[in-house]
Amino acid sequence: MDRRDFIKKSIQAGIIAGTASSLGKYSNLFASHASLPSNNYDLVAIKGGEPDAMFDKAIESLGGMKSFVKKGQKVVVKPNIGWDVTPERAGNTNPVLVKRIVQHCYEAGAKEVYVFDNTCDDWKRCYSNSGIERAVKDAGGKMVSGDSERYYQQVEVKQGKKLNNTKVHELILDSDVFINVPVLKHHSSTDLTISMKNLMGNVWDRGYWHRNNLHQCIADFTSFKKPDLNIVDAYYVMKKNGPRGVSKGDVVLMKSQIISTDIVAADAAAAKLFGTEPEDISYIKLAAEMKLGQMDLSKLNINRIIL
Amino acid sequence: MIFAKLKKIRVYLSLFFFTVTLILFLDIIHILPANITPYLLYFQFVPSSIKFFNQFSLLATGFIVVLILTFLFGRVYCSSICPLGTLQDIISRLALFFNKQKYFSLLNDFKIIKYSILIITIISLFSGSLILLNLLDPFSLSGKIFSNIFRLLLIPVNNLAAITLEQFNIYSVYPIDVKALSWLAIVFSGSVLVIISIMSFTKGRLFCNTICPVGTLLGLTSRLSFYKIKIEETDCSGCGVCETVCKAGCIDNDNKKIDFERCVSCFNCFTVCPSNGIVYKRSSLSFSNKVNKQIDIDKRKFFTRLFFGIVGLSEFLRAQVKVIPKKESTIPVIKKVYPSPPGSVNVDHFYSSCTACHLCVAACPTHVLQPSFLEHGVFNILQPYLDNSAAYCTFECIRCTEVCPTGALLPVTIHKKKTLQIGKTIFVKENCVVETEGTECGACSEHCPTKAVIMIPYKNNIKLPEVRNEYCVGCGACEYACPTKPYKAIYVEGNPVHLVAKEAPEERFEQEVDYKEEFPF
Repeated sequence: MDRRDFIKKSIQAGIIAGTASSLGKYSNLFASHASLPSNNYDLVAIKGGEPDAMFDKAIESLGGMKSFVKKGQKVVVKPNIGWDVTPERAGNTNPVLVKRIVQHCYEAGAKEVYVFDNTCDDWKRCYSNSGIERAVKDAGGKMVSGDSERYYQQVEVKQGKKLNNTKVHELILDSDVFINVPVLKHHSSTDLTISMKNLMGNVWDRGYWHRNNLHQCIADFTSFKKPDLNIVDAYYVMKKNGPRGVSKGDVVLMKSQIISTDIVAADAAAAKLFGTEPEDISYIKLAAEMKLGQMDLSKLNINRIIL
Repeated sequence: MIFAKLKKIRVYLSLFFFTVTLILFLDIIHILPANITPYLLYFQFVPSSIKFFNQFSLLATGFIVVLILTFLFGRVYCSSICPLGTLQDIISRLALFFNKQKYFSLLNDFKIIKYSILIITIISLFSGSLILLNLLDPFSLSGKIFSNIFRLLLIPVNNLAAITLEQFNIYSVYPIDVKALSWLAIVFSGSVLVIISIMSFTKGRLFCNTICPVGTLLGLTSRLSFYKIKIEETDCSGCGVCETVCKAGCIDNDNKKIDFERCVSCFNCFTVCPSNGIVYKRSSLSFSNKVNKQIDIDKRKFFTRLFFGIVGLSEFLRAQVKVIPKKESTIPVIKKVYPSPPGSVNVDHFYSSCTACHLCVAACPTHVLQPSFLEHGVFNILQPYLDNSAAYCTFECIRCTEVCPTGALLPVTIHKKKTLQIGKTIFVKENCVVETEGTECGACSEHCPTKAVIMIPYKNNIKLPEVRNEYCVGCGACEYACPTKPYKAIYVEGNPVHLVAKEAPEERFEQEVDYKEEFPF
């Protein structure tokens, strides 16, 4: 390398370094390009914004949806659509958030995005009155029924202590990416329903869980197939009379969201947000004991964003 | 010839009414708005007349229009409006298709049978029992056939389509699970379909002129009709073609007489008559039948005896209709009274107004409404009941009250429905998972839309259900969700008279949220 080459290369390097550092300032503008895996957060907690805006920010800090959804993949999004109530009643996942997630999946190159839940109330009324059916269709996604046993296939839960086999919706089994979108709310029997409890909507026979130690079954089923991403909606939060709620009086506007690939961590953080200690929720403790995720938040790399 | 066109009009009308009624029952995905039903079923005779006496409204006057039409032109209801009539015509038509040489001929009028059935039906009605209309009303019989046979056959077809389309990632057609089957309803409706098929396959409208009480009643009315179909002896060539196309079998070509009482106004005869020998003619209201007096007295005696016999029987029926509570029992669960559907006000109103047409069974989105076996008692057999082992009554749904054609289910607003208490909840602690297993459950409380079932602290930090019946609407969500087997730990006991529950108080959850505050982790 002669002197001229050296100078040339130095200048080039300088330009590249300079550009890179100046770009850093505006990294928000180039979100998907600029975020590097170096910050590798285990969990993102965000508050103070609208559900869709919070999701944009939070997913960006995890490298964007393209870190989870690859081109041509089949994605299943599983919100909580359990009840025949309107969005302000907070019985179901916020439709604005669900819509944004479906949009992100398509932008990341997803071939198909399916949304379903095995609802408690009449499924068509739940899909429609939750606002989720409209939101998903507007975003180009497909709503699928969870109301027929034909959709559910028998699987073995190898790590299960109480739940050894159960029938799971085919979309959960067939899809490349599984995104779990629970809503954080009070629950009359398990105190809280968050990510792990939301997976009850993936199976056909919930009665078995109720008969055979509900908390253990929730933890057991988590071991069957962990979602690739858990997005906890805590925009409207039902603080009492859950999981269905009686009126808007049960609901507090918390404008928060928690995202994590670790389902136990997501539930632990959401429990804290609700004002409960994670160890007081049996299924979180049981899942942590089964090494399904990290319950101790101090051991996690958390990105806390306040808008 | 102007009369020849009448048949065409009749055929189109009958196909219209038949198709509309069929679609109402076969709308398995509930795409039609429920509130159009009263308009589409306006002319249905028995539902309309029961509705008229239940709840006077303009929408319940259809039977009056039918009566007026009958007074003018005869039994146009039977041929143009009645879905069971058209069903028989379709079957007769198939018979012609299979055997082209097949023709109708003059039939016996079976007067004793048909009048007896009519009288028994009317008397049972006055005694407050609808059992005979439930078993004989042509609209309700069609409903039972459509709902319990055709609808149940359509579901597997739909499911096959859903499974096929699913292979192409199309999920807009979805499979439907049959959550409960009423074998009694299927066997009964199937038998009726078979009997009616055989009768109409061989003898046209034999059912309408022998068994159907509506046919008999409208037949008696048509004796007074202003215009009647008659053979014009001067123009008739006596060829007898009319007799061979008369599905009511009421044309006597040999004597050139038409028994207009049995004529269902199908107008087939007009189209085939080569000589204008058959016409609608203003009738002279004289009853010129020469009656043998001795026979007349015998008939009178017969009818008098029949009448008193029936009165006695109806009193017996009436006694049976009353709700007799069964013995107290905790485990297994035995319901003393099954709740009657929303809008039925009380069980007596329901039992005495429902003809078991099963339109609500077809319209119920959760399929909690099922044809009963003995749930409502043997004399109210097949009337729908709430089968909480299959589903529960959706909190903000009033679809059954919107479709009910008889007014057995009176209109209820969604607001009122939310506090309408059709039953109360009974908790059987000895059956409950929390007690027997010592583990958390709470499925009942989860599903309760009014929090009439709450969870209260119990042994070892777990929670036990507690029922607050003042808030209960009797929807049966708790009973449906309860996972215990074989007997439920929580169930709904019907209110013989529907009550109003307290509205759950809306207590605001006070919590100040500071969006700038740090996260608690």
